[in-house]
Amino acid sequence: MTDFHLIVPEATLLGLACLVLLVDAFRSPRSTAATFWTAILAGLVVLGQIAAFVPEAPGIGFHGSFRLDVMGAVLKAFCVVLTLFSFFYTREYCEKRKVAMSEFYPLALFATLGMMLLISANSLLTVYLGLELLSLSLYALVAMNRDSAASSEAAMKYFVLGALASGMLLYGISMVYGVTGTIDLPELLTRATAAGDKRILVIFGLVFMVVGISFKLGVVPFHMWVPDVYQGAATPVTLFIGTAPKLAAFAMAVRVLVFGLSGLAAEWQQMLIVLCVLSMGVGNIVAIAQTNFKRMLAYSTIAHMGFLLLGILSANGKGYAASMFYSTVYSLMSMGAFGSIILLANERSESDQLSDLAGLAKRSPWFAFMVLVLVFSLAGVPPFAGFWAKWFVLKEVIAAGYVWLAGLAVFFSLIGGYYYLRVVKLMYFDQPEGRPAITASPDLKLVLSVNSLAVLALGLAPGILMSVCLSAMSYQP
Amino acid sequence: MFQQIIFYWFALAAIFAGAMVITVRNPVHAALFLVLAFFSSAGLWLMLEAEFLAIALVLVYVGAVMVLFLFVVMMLDINIAVLREGFARYLPIAAVVALMMFGAIGYVVGPRYFGLDAAPSPAPAAASYSNTEAIGKVLYTDYVLPFEAAAVILLVAIVAAIALTHRGTRQSKAPRPERQVQVRRADRVRLIKMDAERGG
Repeated sequence: MTDFHLIVPEATLLGLACLVLLVDAFRSPRSTAATFWTAILAGLVVLGQIAAFVPEAPGIGFHGSFRLDVMGAVLKAFCVVLTLFSFFYTREYCEKRKVAMSEFYPLALFATLGMMLLISANSLLTVYLGLELLSLSLYALVAMNRDSAASSEAAMKYFVLGALASGMLLYGISMVYGVTGTIDLPELLTRATAAGDKRILVIFGLVFMVVGISFKLGVVPFHMWVPDVYQGAATPVTLFIGTAPKLAAFAMAVRVLVFGLSGLAAEWQQMLIVLCVLSMGVGNIVAIAQTNFKRMLAYSTIAHMGFLLLGILSANGKGYAASMFYSTVYSLMSMGAFGSIILLANERSESDQLSDLAGLAKRSPWFAFMVLVLVFSLAGVPPFAGFWAKWFVLKEVIAAGYVWLAGLAVFFSLIGGYYYLRVVKLMYFDQPEGRPAITASPDLKLVLSVNSLAVLALGLAPGILMSVCLSAMSYQP
Repeated sequence: MFQQIIFYWFALAAIFAGAMVITVRNPVHAALFLVLAFFSSAGLWLMLEAEFLAIALVLVYVGAVMVLFLFVVMMLDINIAVLREGFARYLPIAAVVALMMFGAIGYVVGPRYFGLDAAPSPAPAAASYSNTEAIGKVLYTDYVLPFEAAAVILLVAIVAAIALTHRGTRQSKAPRPERQVQVRRADRVRLIKMDAERGG
C-alpha cells in the first residue's frame, strides 16, 4: 500500500460520507441540522486534505489506475467547494418548502467521490467507475422528489438515457481495448498513435467514447435529458447537477481525449466542431421560447457546454486552460442563478417561472443587483467573469485557426443575450403585482451574495484564476 | 471444428435471446429470455477459458439478480399496449438509422480488421492454468482501487433504493398495557351540554 498517500482525500471522503449516512440514520426526526453540519465538516476536511496533498510532480498509483496531478487537485478542490455551497442552498430550500430531503447530503458526497475518481482517472476503467458512481448518485437525487410526477419522469429519462450512454462509452472502450490491448491512458497514448492500419478501429471506438462524454456534458444531439431533468428535479438537486458534475465532465473529456487519445486530435476536433456548433445554436435559440426559468437555464447550459468544447477543440495547453477557466466560471454563475430560484421559493411554490422574477428590484434591490451580475455574466457582458471566460476561449480558437467558428460563437452568444436581458427587464422594469416579499435566512443571503460577488471579483481580476488554470494544464502529453 | 460449432451455437443463441428480450410482449418471457442470454454468454466465456467469470455470471445474474427481477416483473402491472404506442410510427426512420449504423459498424468490425489473420486467437493456456487463481491474484492487488470503487457504487445503489422507497417509520398499532391501566375517566369521557332540538 505504498500508493495510499495519493488517495488520502478520496479515502477520507468515503469514510466521512459513511459517517454522514450513519448520523442521518440516527438523527432526531425533527431536525436535519446534525446531518447538515457533519456533511459540511466532511467537505471542509476533504478540502484541507486536497490542499495539503497538492503534488510537486504527477504521481501515478494503483497499477496505473489513479493519477494525482495539479490539474486534478485544482478541479477536485473546486468540486468540493461547489458541493459545500450547494449544501447551504439545499438546507435553505428544505426549510422554505418544509421537506426533509436529508439523504441529499450523503448522496451528494458520494457523487463528489465519483467526481474525484473521474478527475484523477488514469485508466479507462477508473473513468467508467467514477462516471457510474457519479451518475448513480445523481439519478437517485433527481428521483428524490417522490411525490412529483415530473420528477419521477425526469429521473426515469435520465436513468435510461444515462444507461444507454454508459453502454456506448463501454462499447467504445472495448473497441479501443481490442485494438491497442490496454486501458491505461498513457500507454494508450503511445499505442493509439502507432496503431497503423488499425487506426480506423481506434477512431471507431473514439466515436462512441465521444458520445459518452457528450451525454455527460449535455451537448446537442445528446442533450435530450437536460431540460427535463433540470425542470423536473427539486431546485437544489438541479443546482448540484448543473455545477460540480460539469467540472467532472470537463475533466473526463480532458483525461480521455487529451491524456489518452491526443494522437487522434485531428479526428476528435472534427467531431467536437459539429457538437459545438449544434449546441450553441440549439441551446441559444430554443432558450428564447422558454417561460420556466429552470428550463431556460437548462438550454443556456447546453449552449455554454458547446462553448466550453471550443477550448478543448483548439487542442493545445492554453485552450484546455481556457476551457477549464470557462467550466469553473460557468459552475459559479449557474450555481448563483439556481440559488436565486431558491431565494424566490416559498412554502406554496417552487417559484421557477420567469414571471416570478417580475419586479425583483422593488422587492429586494440588493438581490436584484446580485441576479443582475449573474445574468450579465452568463450573457458574457464585460467586465463580468463570463465575458473573460468567453474571451479566453475565443482567443485560443482563433489562434488555432478556426476564425469562422469563433465568429459563429459570437453570433450565437448575441442571440443568447436576448433571453438573458429579458430576465433583467423582468426584474427592473416590470411591476411586482402582489408577489410576496423576499424572505430568506441570513445564511442564504450571505451565500448568494458571496457567490455573485465572486463572479464580479473574477470579472475584475480574471488573471489569478487563469494563471491557476494555466499551471494546472501545463502538462502536455 | 467442434469448438467453432459450439461457439456459433452459443453466439446465435445469445443474439436470438437478446432480440427476443426487446420484442416479446410478455415481460416475464422477456426476463426468461434474458436468462437465456446470460447462459449463452457464460458459455462463450467458458470457451475463452474464463471459467470463474462464467460460473459467477450464472450464479450471480441468473441465480440471484434475475430471480429477483422476475418477482418484480410479475408483481408489476405493465400495460404493453401503451408501451407499444408509436412503434409503427417510428419504425421506418429507426430502421433506416439502424441499417446505416449496422452497415458502417459491419464495415469496420468485419473480417478485414478482426478476422483470424488480423487478430489471431491467443494460444490456449496450459492444463494447470487456473483462471480463478489469476483473477484472485490481481483483484485485491493491482485492481484494488477499481474494486473498491465498484463496492462504493453498490453501496450507493443500496442507499438510493432505501432513500427512494422508505416512507418513514410506521407507527405501531400494538396496545401498550402499562398506559392502558393508567387511563382515567377524564381522558376518555367528555360531557357535552347541548341545547334541546326545537321541533318542527
